[in-house]
Amino acid sequence: MRLRRSHLICCAASKEKMAAHLSYGRVNLNILREAARKELREFLDKCAGSKAIVWDEYLTGPFGLIAQYSLLKEHEVEKMFTLKNGRLPPADVKNIIFFVRPRLELMDIIADNITSEDRHHSSRDFHILFVPRRSMLCEQRLKEQGVLASFINIDEYILDLIPYDGDLLSMEYESAFRECYLENDQTSLYHTAKGLMTLQALYGTIPQIYGKGECARLVANMMLRMKREFAGSQNQILPVFDTLLLLDRNVDLLTPLATQLTYEGLIDEIYGISNGYVKLPPEKFAQKKQGEGSKDLPTEPKKLQLNSAEELYAEIRDKNFNAVGAALSKKAKIISAAFEERHNAKTVGEIKQFVSQLPHMQAARSSLANHTSIAELIKDITTSEAFFDNLTVEQEFMTGVDTDKVNTYIEDCIAQKDPLIKILRLVCMQSVCNNGLKHKVMDYYKREILQTYGYEHMLTLNNLEKAGLLKPQTGSRNNYPTIRKTLKLWMEDANEQNPNDISYVYSGYSPLSIRLTQILARPGWRSIEEVLKMLPGPHFEERQQLPSGLHKKRQQGENRTTLVFFLGGVTYAEIAALRFLSQVEDSGMEYVIATTKLINGTTWIKSLMDRPESPTQ
Amino acid sequence: MIKSKVDEEDYWHSSKFKAFTFDDEDDELSRLKESRQAVNNIRRLVEEDDDEDDVERISWSGEPVGSISWSVKETAASSQRADREPAFPKISTDTPSISRSQSGYSLSSLFKGKPKVGNFQTFSDALTDSSVRLYAPELRKPKSEYKDYVSDWSPEETVQRLQQGKAVSLERFRTLQDKLLLLDHAIAAHDGNVITAVLIYLKRTLCKEVLFRELESRQTALRHFIHYLSETQNQRLLLELHRALGRAEDAALLQYKEHLSITDENKRRDFLKNCLSLPFSAEDLAHVQDHYTLLERQIIIEVTDRQAERGGKVEIFQKFPRKALILNMPLITTLYYCCFYHYAEPEGTFSSPLNIRQTFKISEKQYFVTALAARAKLKAWLDVDALFASRNWLGFTRKKSPLSFQRVVDILQKNSAPTHVLQDYVALVDDGELRLTLAQKHKCHDIVISVRSADAVQTYRDMKDRQLLLGYRGKVVRGSAEERKIDDLLSNPQIRWKN
Repeated sequence: MRLRRSHLICCAASKEKMAAHLSYGRVNLNILREAARKELREFLDKCAGSKAIVWDEYLTGPFGLIAQYSLLKEHEVEKMFTLKNGRLPPADVKNIIFFVRPRLELMDIIADNITSEDRHHSSRDFHILFVPRRSMLCEQRLKEQGVLASFINIDEYILDLIPYDGDLLSMEYESAFRECYLENDQTSLYHTAKGLMTLQALYGTIPQIYGKGECARLVANMMLRMKREFAGSQNQILPVFDTLLLLDRNVDLLTPLATQLTYEGLIDEIYGISNGYVKLPPEKFAQKKQGEGSKDLPTEPKKLQLNSAEELYAEIRDKNFNAVGAALSKKAKIISAAFEERHNAKTVGEIKQFVSQLPHMQAARSSLANHTSIAELIKDITTSEAFFDNLTVEQEFMTGVDTDKVNTYIEDCIAQKDPLIKILRLVCMQSVCNNGLKHKVMDYYKREILQTYGYEHMLTLNNLEKAGLLKPQTGSRNNYPTIRKTLKLWMEDANEQNPNDISYVYSGYSPLSIRLTQILARPGWRSIEEVLKMLPGPHFEERQQLPSGLHKKRQQGENRTTLVFFLGGVTYAEIAALRFLSQVEDSGMEYVIATTKLINGTTWIKSLMDRPESPTQ
Repeated sequence: MIKSKVDEEDYWHSSKFKAFTFDDEDDELSRLKESRQAVNNIRRLVEEDDDEDDVERISWSGEPVGSISWSVKETAASSQRADREPAFPKISTDTPSISRSQSGYSLSSLFKGKPKVGNFQTFSDALTDSSVRLYAPELRKPKSEYKDYVSDWSPEETVQRLQQGKAVSLERFRTLQDKLLLLDHAIAAHDGNVITAVLIYLKRTLCKEVLFRELESRQTALRHFIHYLSETQNQRLLLELHRALGRAEDAALLQYKEHLSITDENKRRDFLKNCLSLPFSAEDLAHVQDHYTLLERQIIIEVTDRQAERGGKVEIFQKFPRKALILNMPLITTLYYCCFYHYAEPEGTFSSPLNIRQTFKISEKQYFVTALAARAKLKAWLDVDALFASRNWLGFTRKKSPLSFQRVVDILQKNSAPTHVLQDYVALVDDGELRLTLAQKHKCHDIVISVRSADAVQTYRDMKDRQLLLGYRGKVVRGSAEERKIDDLLSNPQIRWKN
């Protein structure tokens, strides 16, 4: 196998442009990233002179996707610190800039920093950059603490939609679901609408908007309203997106509760992917050189970046985990063969050719080694009895088996004191699949949970009820079976190796959210009116006028592009399912995905918990 | 699961249930070994070049040197040490070619409507390729901004200015009607920040009763107000609000939540006691009652046990010193503690496990699991045995359990029960195959070579596994009764071994 030259060029280029993978997709998301970088530079230049940045640690992750330290350095950022109480570390700079989320507890820390500052010996200027929005509440808090006047500059950095990958945008707005469905706070929806306006400013007005759910309706209203406010001037960009689909997370509460079975989904379920990075147990990554014993095993977790810039990862991330082994072994053979090529290289030219390919081959080798290790780690878990039992119960629920009785497995898990979140995931799933639990069943679960994990979790159970994840059965009959059958949520013959349907991502279950998306593209929602009525919230369609001349003349066979926005979070398995749909040859549709937050069942339930600082935790 | 084994097998084989299976013969994942091998082989080749580091840098493994979170640590560290300038590798951050021209725009310039003169003009003029065009006139200038110098803002304009973070005074909204109009415009904008700002103003200038009344018909604003009050920890006003609006249960829960911030156990108990008079739902009230009763008991038990421990006269506290206070532990943990330290106490005491079981209506299964684990931990095998004792109407004792015996074995094994104890319970596992697996796992030879020949014959006829039996022969004591039994079986011509 001879590696093509183009491959090498591509690889060398990605070395320089750290975000090249953003421009590989159907829509060049690098434009968005560049706009964000420009904004950052402008802000930094506003604070003339040398500077130090004090970071709200949470922000370093998302910012890492926008810029590197070198960009900041070019704009005279000399020092960077993590925000914490007490006196700021010494730094001989003119400006101190706080990069923070608008949170009250952070304001208190900032106030503490400022009041501890030695007024006589320091003449440093203070600035605050709120991400993604400034907040009256926070400014008021600073005022109460008597430090508001110390700031020369209070500004906001609108980082609404952060490009994660060539086809993926996230606001990384952790509390969005909680705020919308528990606290009824629509601020995140406002940010969503703003983010979509930014997107339209860069990629053209999206002519068609579809939506399902209360929040979707609100976002669409806000967008239309914002557009009216700017009426009079027209966006002259040829639209890149044909359709926008807004989906409320609470239209499909089931999917995030299920254990994701794609490679990337499992990495997230087991180790948690945060801002595109995962931390893994180091043992399997130890670089054993020949002749050396295993004397120094690393103890720090191994941190890996995961995105489509890595060829192998892009290839296997969305596969069902059961198909990953085969893919890796195939790749291994190809790489081995490529290395064997060196024996055939006879002439100087051939040797030169081989050597020039070495860096790419070594990168591929290293990537293969990493993913083999990750797959081994995951396999240890997926082959365990506990994993199997859990999955069995999930699948029983999703197919509607015995959802109206107390489940013995859940009972046993409580008796074993398995993690509370695992229990809550299962109980909620049972409730969702049964359209509410019988009073007796619900009371039993509640009692067992409170007795075992502590009475203060009453607050959490209450939250889950308010969000609709846990509910007592009301008079109306269980409509889940109808929804399941009409939308074909359970496919008996899910093919994990060579999928022909999205159900492969959960080995049988097809995510409801993605089915809705698929049906919208063909044959259209009119065919499922009945089911749409059973799901919460209104469904709607809006059109945005395009200036004449911007109507696309579609070429024969040219795909349409839909932006699917998940309000309240999306899982990696759902993303995989959409990517699968983009790749199906005759679908005629390509999907770009946006969300308030990348979630899995665990992080999602966690965001809904009332986290008491109880001594038992 | 309560299904019989046969049912279950049918179920799995015939039905749509396809769990995540890994068949041994066709294990896709066994191919991981192949790739692992390939990786190792290649490594040997690559090592000759010894460029490992170089590969690492381009392969995206690890946090790239120069990333922000990496640099935060680096630069902070360097300021503590001397003024050592960390040597950053030169990574070009500018994306070449296309993006160069695109970077002429920033998000803020799009929104703030203040194009950098020159830059903006030339850019848009120069652009011919519409696909990279970033010109966004529709966002440049909301109409309202032309009135920047007028100070008499309408409610609508005020809201817009607030949204843009511009200075604006709310004081001109004096009458109730004006204020409410302002609030309604803020609500319509859906910007939580603006709604909150208006609410803060209303809170300051309206009396509670009026404010609460008006909020009742404005659910969105109400939610934001509640959020604002809880963020600023204005519990008092929050409770008043809930009460005024007849949201009694919300108010009750909110007040209950406060117990978490009380560290003194006596104060916390008293607080919980006071909570009992709050208007909870019947169901929640029962839980709060239990919570209170539990803490009350924990306090009594803690005092008594602390004395007993200090006194040095109670053997169990000497042998197994307590590791943590029982205060604020969940109920089941408390039960475990009592099964551990107070097992035999008469039912009348607060710390008696039976009393706890009664008082809190602990389910049979939960009680059983907890007692079993606690007694097994103490290696009190007689107690363990007694837990299972049940007499039938003829007066015979036989072992009964609300739990599958497989789980029982599991719990015992986790508490390192010796083989002779384990085997009694392994023998009670219903499912023959499972029994055998467990017996092998826990080395209970007596069961594998079952004393009761009927069982043994059945087990092996079922299994017809000669190899397994042969394997076991090697493990038993030479010349023992067990060995003879195996030999008998092996020479039995009536068994058709499968191997």
